[in-house]
Amino acid sequence: MLTVSVSPHIKSGESVEKIMWTVVACLLPPLILSIFIFGFQTLIVTAVSVGSSVAAEAISQRLLHRPITIKDGSAVITGLLMAYVIPPGVPWWIPILGAVMAIYVAKHLLGGIGFNIFNPALIGRAFLMATFPVAMTSAWLPPIRDAAVFKYMGSGIDAVSTATPLYVLKHYGASVLIEKFGSMSTIYGDFFVGWRPGCIGETSALLLLIGGLFLIYKKYITWHIPLSVVASVAFFTWVFGGERLFMGDPLLAVLSGGVLLGAFFMATDYVTSPSQVPAKLIFGAGIGALTVLIRLKGGYPEGVCYAILLMNPLVPALEGWFRPKRFAPPKGV
Amino acid sequence: MPVPEEVEILLHQHFGAPCQPLVNKKDAVNEGDRIGDVEKGLGAAVHASVTGNVKAIGQSAHPVSVKAPSVIIQTDPEAPPREWPASDWQGLSREDLLGRVKNAGIVGIGGAGFPTHVKLSPPPNAKVDTLVLNGAECEPYLTTDHRLMLEHPEKIIEGAKILLTILGIKECRIGIEANKPDAVEAMKSACASASLNGFRVSVSALKVKYPQGSEKQLIQSLTGRRVPGFGLPFDVGVIVQNVGTAKAIYDAVALQRPLYEKIVTVSGRGIARPANLLVRVGTRISDIVSFLGGTTPGLAKVVLGGPMMGFAVSSLDIPVTKTTSGILFLSEEEIDARPYSQCIRCGWCLEACPMGLLPNEIGIYVEAGRPGDTSQFGVFECFECGCCAFVCPAKRPLVQFIRLAKMKAKK
Repeated sequence: MLTVSVSPHIKSGESVEKIMWTVVACLLPPLILSIFIFGFQTLIVTAVSVGSSVAAEAISQRLLHRPITIKDGSAVITGLLMAYVIPPGVPWWIPILGAVMAIYVAKHLLGGIGFNIFNPALIGRAFLMATFPVAMTSAWLPPIRDAAVFKYMGSGIDAVSTATPLYVLKHYGASVLIEKFGSMSTIYGDFFVGWRPGCIGETSALLLLIGGLFLIYKKYITWHIPLSVVASVAFFTWVFGGERLFMGDPLLAVLSGGVLLGAFFMATDYVTSPSQVPAKLIFGAGIGALTVLIRLKGGYPEGVCYAILLMNPLVPALEGWFRPKRFAPPKGV
Repeated sequence: MPVPEEVEILLHQHFGAPCQPLVNKKDAVNEGDRIGDVEKGLGAAVHASVTGNVKAIGQSAHPVSVKAPSVIIQTDPEAPPREWPASDWQGLSREDLLGRVKNAGIVGIGGAGFPTHVKLSPPPNAKVDTLVLNGAECEPYLTTDHRLMLEHPEKIIEGAKILLTILGIKECRIGIEANKPDAVEAMKSACASASLNGFRVSVSALKVKYPQGSEKQLIQSLTGRRVPGFGLPFDVGVIVQNVGTAKAIYDAVALQRPLYEKIVTVSGRGIARPANLLVRVGTRISDIVSFLGGTTPGLAKVVLGGPMMGFAVSSLDIPVTKTTSGILFLSEEEIDARPYSQCIRCGWCLEACPMGLLPNEIGIYVEAGRPGDTSQFGVFECFECGCCAFVCPAKRPLVQFIRLAKMKAKK
């Protein structure tokens, strides 16, 4: 039997599965490190998040009579990313609710992959912020220094919770930050590797950079969005983030919160980011500017999540404004 | 390859009206005799590719239109090959040269098969100043132009001179992809040793990038001119011919030999012995397969033409035509028949599209039942090179969507 179909008859070896599972692989090192930073329960929270996201995907697709595509890895990424922006000390079942919101409402009710306006993982987190404000803003854990990964298992959150560097910086200033986390050089070093309070998967700049650069090397993402996000956060923090103009600490701003996780893994989501270079640069710069605005003037110490969610709905407009240059359109067009 | 026992010569091989047969059943025909021609309208004559007897005038399997009228000739195995002595063409008038091209049934053998004598008679208001010869192999897998440029560079240059004479212009540019330095070298030295008497013929090595062999891309690479949408090359003063067509024109004019042989690339993992073959028009694919040692067990798809724009066929009874440039026997692992899924907006097709169109949007509009609204995305500028569908990680049949859109959208 010979196959007969429309040309082209050969295809590149790439596939949605290959892209998605590569992203998953790039996201795994920060998870493993998080076990050593915040303890074993990060693995439980993440597993629940991934498991419930995949289940939510299958159930949503079943309910909506669509083909079930859980093998493509896209729901796994959503689950991982949602867990990565949750504090490590939250109750283990919290991600289940986030997954329903992220996958069923934000993804499938809007048409499924390719049609969702907002990044599903971030919608999941925003929903959890709204419904569990206390846990989501206080279940921070001080990094473990002695590899006692079961240290926090079973203990109440309140007994151990701490504050994130951005919270300290926002409410008490730089001097308290140094008092709490050590000299600036210690801070840069610890934060770069990942030893700081924060969400499960956001703390290790080093591992996120390695993963992100690998995706750029594989040509699955381009450098435009990550670089413009990071540059914009650094620039606006430098200008407005200090006691006086041009006194802010851009390096600290980039190493704290979820800037690198957001820049490499969330703002580059194909569906919710633009495709043309100028649009990518505007999109990234907008995320950076909004992040700094929320950090400095908003009610929350961190703003990456909302900054991305605020830029997401601009993507259709950006796609319309910036289109590829036609080779040679008909005369008079 | 040896002359087959029987050939099936399609009467509708190329762009234009089908030919009417000029022979009857049981007639004896000679290699090179005209056996079909168009009575009126656009078209080109077809010729007997072997010496023998007409066995039948009937219907044959056709690569595109499923069935088409044909002349089947039983080969006379005793007949000696016909000789075509060279003669001087220099003194001939433009009309005589065009007449020889027409008599030989020359068509663009790069693929589309547009009758060459028509292409060489542009409307009087078109100011053609440059002839472009396409040596940038149109598609991957195909190597016929490459072989031809290595084996007959001087005939191609001679063909170019005939073309320039017919067009009454001086300038000819030959574009070859830079990954064929031997062909560039061969063509350059043929150029240097030919007596060009006043003609300017230059050979350029071009960037290796599919679709470099596409007419519009080639013209842009060589001359910097861009053919506008709905336009033709002569709108920017250019006429493009394939190097193979140039060689065929040399044969037609200098030897008065009609076009009845074709170099065909036979390739892919599904054939035992891949090769470039010189075959008679009308040779069935099945005869080529047995000459090359049969197909391999993994064979999944047979494609006439190149892998990016060729036609998949369901039967091996189809005969070679003047425009057959390749026959690909693709194996299971070469074709990637995975099912397609929703567009994930990766934007790779936008990156890949040589015309700067939006294949992703066209596909989504077609799926949403709005193919008529796709002209805003430039759907009519698409020449179906297949780059978008090649790179699409969701395996979306974008070319198919675009063809549907072209049928429904308004120009």
